[in-house]
Amino acid sequence: MNIVVLVKQVPDSGAERTLRESDHTVDREVADNVINEMDDYAIEEALRLQEAHGGEVTVMTMGPQRAAESIRKALSMGPDKAVHIRDDALAGSCALATSAVLAAALRDLNPDLVLCGAEATDGRVQAVPHMLSERLGIAALTGARKLTVDGSTLTVERQTDEGYEVVVAQAPAVVSVWDTINEPRYPSFKGIMAAKKKPVTELSLADLGIEPSEVGAAGASSAVVDHRGRPPRSAGQKITDEGDGGAKLVEFLASEKFV
Amino acid sequence: MSEVLVVVEQVDGTLKKVTLEMLTLARELGEPAAVVMGAPGTAASVADKLGQYGATRIYAAESEEIDGYLVSPKAAALAALVSQVQPAAVLLGATQEGKEIAGRVAVKLDNGLLTDISGLASDGTATQVVFAGSTIVTSKVTRGFPLATLRPNSLTPSPAEEAASPEVTPIEFTLDKSDTRARIVERVAEAKGARPELTEASVVVSGGRGVGSAENFTLVEELADLLGGAVGASRAATDSGFYPHQFQVGQTGKTVSPQLYIALGISGAIQHRAGMQTSKTIVAVNKDAEAPIFELADFGVIGDLFTVVPQTVEELRKRG
Repeated sequence: MNIVVLVKQVPDSGAERTLRESDHTVDREVADNVINEMDDYAIEEALRLQEAHGGEVTVMTMGPQRAAESIRKALSMGPDKAVHIRDDALAGSCALATSAVLAAALRDLNPDLVLCGAEATDGRVQAVPHMLSERLGIAALTGARKLTVDGSTLTVERQTDEGYEVVVAQAPAVVSVWDTINEPRYPSFKGIMAAKKKPVTELSLADLGIEPSEVGAAGASSAVVDHRGRPPRSAGQKITDEGDGGAKLVEFLASEKFV
Repeated sequence: MSEVLVVVEQVDGTLKKVTLEMLTLARELGEPAAVVMGAPGTAASVADKLGQYGATRIYAAESEEIDGYLVSPKAAALAALVSQVQPAAVLLGATQEGKEIAGRVAVKLDNGLLTDISGLASDGTATQVVFAGSTIVTSKVTRGFPLATLRPNSLTPSPAEEAASPEVTPIEFTLDKSDTRARIVERVAEAKGARPELTEASVVVSGGRGVGSAENFTLVEELADLLGGAVGASRAATDSGFYPHQFQVGQTGKTVSPQLYIALGISGAIQHRAGMQTSKTIVAVNKDAEAPIFELADFGVIGDLFTVVPQTVEELRKRG
């Protein structure tokens, strides 16, 4: 079973994140850029499937030069190779354009399974797996907390607000995973060293047959018009419990008409 | 006036609150029309309530395929409807399914998509709160019509001044083979008792690492139940196995925006703040006076939650 894992480099959600004044896009220069956290779980799931069923695991990312760091980091967990889609014209691409570019690259690789994180911590759009499914005409099994592969039959437990759904499809398919699905491994020293030598194929828009005008800020289907900092919450009243903390809390709730 | 389509979300005939919010918003923008997609009989079960919130018409796609396959058939039906009625805007809930349907429709119609909006003006400009609630963005669709998903609890739903009696119009659509590739073979409800849905609740009481154990979470539940609220948990608490993962509030869990958020034994790491920072009123109980959660709290109690919360519960009981 050949698997492609989609990886996105995002600004660290544990640090300050900002938009650029000039074009309202994410300021990725000043940010501490890391692999989208949920993607580690997708890589781990791919490696476990490879251990059980064989085949190759390829990491794919679309991003600027800087994303190469994230590719090496992903490879250090154990995948065999990587594809880096990189083109200056891609900056500022909307989800729609991103999915078109990823779909073009996936068509060429023709994997049995595409794995990705259920959402990216920067945009939180959660729509790209279904956009890919729509473009490639293959199934999308999204929000998985469990994935079972039996021959070409894929079964997932999809987390819902009410509980979960069991969803079945035939490969090829796109499966997105939550962080409940497994516990990702840490790269070993050997893995980190090996990652340096693993093949990374760079693809440009020309390689994929996509016009620069269809992507990036120029080809975006939505635009940010303006942004501003949300007024910081002013800290309110803070008391130290002296045996009446609970009573005072209830008084506060009553003064705000919650009780 | 042009129609504004609202894609209805319901569970067993009960409308999700975000649907009522969307109808309330749609009334400001044009003529609200509800889109009901589900098993046969779904539209009839929710028609009255949709009318109360001003839906003048219901477009229905009801079949076994719509109900039995993941998302794709619904996207096919919605895209067909949009092409037929050319609405002024289309609203979906910013829920897992709402976002997924919207994504597929965006590709089918090559139309821009705005995710997780908190408001939409009649000129098509939407507002979004991003980056853990730190930044407010205004954005618009530049190709096609406004297609947007509304974050639950973005506005207070209100019934229309005059209830409508919507007539049900079936949506004409066809499915191709690629729409029925992901079959739902089972739906399992996991007990959460009588508590409201986390993302929709007006009151959320969450516990963190400081709660200390799964058994101690009954204290969090007790307070939540007295306030008619939902129970949430920080990532530290779910990762430690104190509470099930689906109740996690934060960057990698649910985003909530209730009227009242009570954080018990939660330090307030940015991971957690990302999921609750837009709550209207925030109350925190933590024994660490330096905990970052106090920077957000409208009312903070520095103290041991195991003495403060039982006293709170007792006081609330006294008040009945």
